[in-house]
Amino acid sequence: MIGLTHYLTVAAILFTIGVLGIFLNRRNVILMLMAIELILLAVNVNLVAFSAYLGDLTGQVLAMFVLTVAAAEAAIGLAILVIFFRRRGSIAVDDVNRMRG
Amino acid sequence: MIATIAFYLFATLTIASAIAVIFARNPVHSVLWLIVAFFNAAGLMLLMGAEFIAMLLVIVYVGAVAVLFLFVVMMLDIDFASLRTGFTRNLPFGIIIALVLLAEIIVAVMAWKAGPAMNGGHIPAANQSNIVALGQLLYSRYLFPFEIAGLILLVAMIGAIVLTHRRRGDLRTPKASRQLRRRPEDAIKLTQPGVGEGMKL
Repeated sequence: MIGLTHYLTVAAILFTIGVLGIFLNRRNVILMLMAIELILLAVNVNLVAFSAYLGDLTGQVLAMFVLTVAAAEAAIGLAILVIFFRRRGSIAVDDVNRMRG
Repeated sequence: MIATIAFYLFATLTIASAIAVIFARNPVHSVLWLIVAFFNAAGLMLLMGAEFIAMLLVIVYVGAVAVLFLFVVMMLDIDFASLRTGFTRNLPFGIIIALVLLAEIIVAVMAWKAGPAMNGGHIPAANQSNIVALGQLLYSRYLFPFEIAGLILLVAMIGAIVLTHRRRGDLRTPKASRQLRRRPEDAIKLTQPGVGEGMKL
């Protein structure tokens, strides 16, 4: 019988893979953004799992908001990436500190 | 029985394609594996009875976000091989961090005990479909956050357009307003030169 713990385990593994992806691809911003999408997907799985477990739809509403923010974040992140590439001709994260922010 | 098989199928494929996302050599392959991961996660959501979220995942992520990633990966001329330097150097440290994090999460889940409000046994029987219930909740109790979500998307759209818009100097586009403002009397001059005087320009 598949219970809440199974879904939580899947979400935990997915989250860990996302964090590992950020650690491994330290220079490639596109892959870092994809890893962030994986992390947000794990959060969504958690939210929907608890929502189904409790019989409360609030979790699914929250998952929808997380989805919205993830889409906005991807759009803005990729836009920043495009203008950064136009200026510098590279997307290596090591070069970003040139902005001295 | 079939639900158990479906759960293990979707869960295994989600995790396997997530691993392929971060280990693929070619970023285009990474994006395609991301699409597979989202499809299988949508399957997991379907198993949990969240049909609307599952469809949203397919439409928003596969239809919009993944295609956006694909466009950017293909549009930018990037030497991805040079970006992979340090991958093997970071690998042992990253795997240690990941294992510690996973162990922590699993310990937390094991130690977690459901409170009295969370025994999950008193789920009311659904007398309407998931989408109807979610829509009623979104347009009544969560109306204000819903509008804020729309505003966030609007800001993101305008921000992305403003960030990437550039005026190109090498194009000679016709200025329509100037063309429409031009009248025959400004452009044409009728003269009647005398014989043998020639034309003065």
